[in-house]
Amino acid sequence: MSPAVLIASIYVFALAAFLGYQVISRVPPLLHTPLMSATNAISGISLIGSLVMAGAKYSQFATILGFIAVTTATINVVGGFGITDRMLKMFEKRKPAKAVQK
Amino acid sequence: MSGLHYFTEATYLIASLLFILGLKMMSRPESARKGMFLAEAGMAAAIIGTLIDQRIVSYEWIIGGLVLGSIIGAWMAISVPMTAMPQRTALSHAFGALAAALVGVAEYSVHGGNLDGITRGALGFEVILGALTTTGSLIAAGKLQGIVRGTPVQFKGQNALNLLLALSIIGCLVATFLHPEMQAFFYAMTGLAFVFGILLVIPIGSADMPVVMSLLNSYAGLAAAATGFVLGNNVLIIAGTLDGFSGFILSVLMCKAMNRSITNVLFGGFGSVVAQAGSESTGGVMREISIEDAAVQLAYAGRVIFVPGYGLATAQAQHAVRELAEQLEERGVTVKYAIHPVAGRMPGHMNVLLAEANVPYSLLYEMEQINPEFPQTDVAVVIGANDVVNPDARDNPKSLIAGMPILEVDRAKSVIVLKRGQGRGFSGLVNPLFTKPCTTMLYGDAKSSLTGLALAVQQL
Repeated sequence: MSPAVLIASIYVFALAAFLGYQVISRVPPLLHTPLMSATNAISGISLIGSLVMAGAKYSQFATILGFIAVTTATINVVGGFGITDRMLKMFEKRKPAKAVQK
Repeated sequence: MSGLHYFTEATYLIASLLFILGLKMMSRPESARKGMFLAEAGMAAAIIGTLIDQRIVSYEWIIGGLVLGSIIGAWMAISVPMTAMPQRTALSHAFGALAAALVGVAEYSVHGGNLDGITRGALGFEVILGALTTTGSLIAAGKLQGIVRGTPVQFKGQNALNLLLALSIIGCLVATFLHPEMQAFFYAMTGLAFVFGILLVIPIGSADMPVVMSLLNSYAGLAAAATGFVLGNNVLIIAGTLDGFSGFILSVLMCKAMNRSITNVLFGGFGSVVAQAGSESTGGVMREISIEDAAVQLAYAGRVIFVPGYGLATAQAQHAVRELAEQLEERGVTVKYAIHPVAGRMPGHMNVLLAEANVPYSLLYEMEQINPEFPQTDVAVVIGANDVVNPDARDNPKSLIAGMPILEVDRAKSVIVLKRGQGRGFSGLVNPLFTKPCTTMLYGDAKSSLTGLALAVQQL
């Protein structure tokens, strides 16, 4: 990695951290469980590193590790988004609370 | 750069934007679900963009992993009950972190000594964070599921051992950085990090799990961000950092809600120390109440506040409490729910359970909102909560939880505490609320007590 790339990466990191703080501190405590499960699913993006490892035929060892990583990262992504949706559906379906309650 | 490469990079940019937009839409329950659809679309775009990468020469292992992972993931998403949400989330952290750790090890095994110093350093962080989050999350999941003992596991010299391990890991990292030819250090570091994750979580009691969960969430994200540094991939850095910061913010919020520092939670062994300190009994008598009497008290009240705790989750009583609340509302009683930030085993745990039972979320109140309302409340019903309603935290500066913000149920005109038995709660602390003159105890399984109450109210 060249120093220029490193510096660019650090910029991205710092800006994402700042933006993340701004965005996430606005999420109400009501939704903290879905938030955790959603960010967890999003961090399953490490799947894209696993994909290359599993498919590039570097070595048998790397392929096997890549395969396991693809599997666990996919569990993370599919399971995480699936369960987040299940939770958010419960919060979405009754909007004007008192109206439902007559 | 080839055209395909530009296409891949474009999908990553789109994915990054969609992730951020998706999380932003989580600030309101009405838009949260749509936001997640956007995030899912972003993820799909990034995966497709990666699959056309020219370094990929064969697809059988990729397809195998994707299919297997999707089946297991979908099964988990559909089958896990809401009450088991903390365990599931911990397990999911473990899976994500393991992927990051394994990719790191594979990357090192392939490129090893050819990598430059900075990349080796980033790789080290990726593998350390990934490995310790994997085992740490597995232990946390085991504790939450009850497979691993929930009380803190402590032994003599524990902190010294942890420190030694941490220093060894850092030593290996430095060695990997300075001496690329000595690969043994890298693998030793990986192994030690796996062990370290176990040791980090075993001394932490189940009641402190909200903080641990948030921290592990943060580590898993940072591991992904480190992967991004290794691969020079911005979408990984962005997504990982978002996750890392989200977890960090939640840990800080949880610590604040317990008036404790992160170090105290991680190394304090809370729950075992308390058991000894709490053994001096305060005396005082707990008054028991029958279901019929409690039902009368509730049915003729003007304002009732329910205070759920972890006991609600273990008894799976979320539907029963909603049925009782509806019975009361039909009689004109005003019903609200008071949610302490650390009630349950993960941030927002109680909200999810009550939402599952169709309780409208406008009836769920945060601690600061509801505390001024307790003095005008006729009956506060505490369901399987203990420390979060312990007035000692406010009144007794010597108490081990002194200074922890609490739900001030003791200011209500009367309190009914639903409790499994006469024993102490998880933390082992004496709770003076239980012996106050305004408090009555309703013993038994929370679910059957609540169902019984609903029936009794109906028959009045």
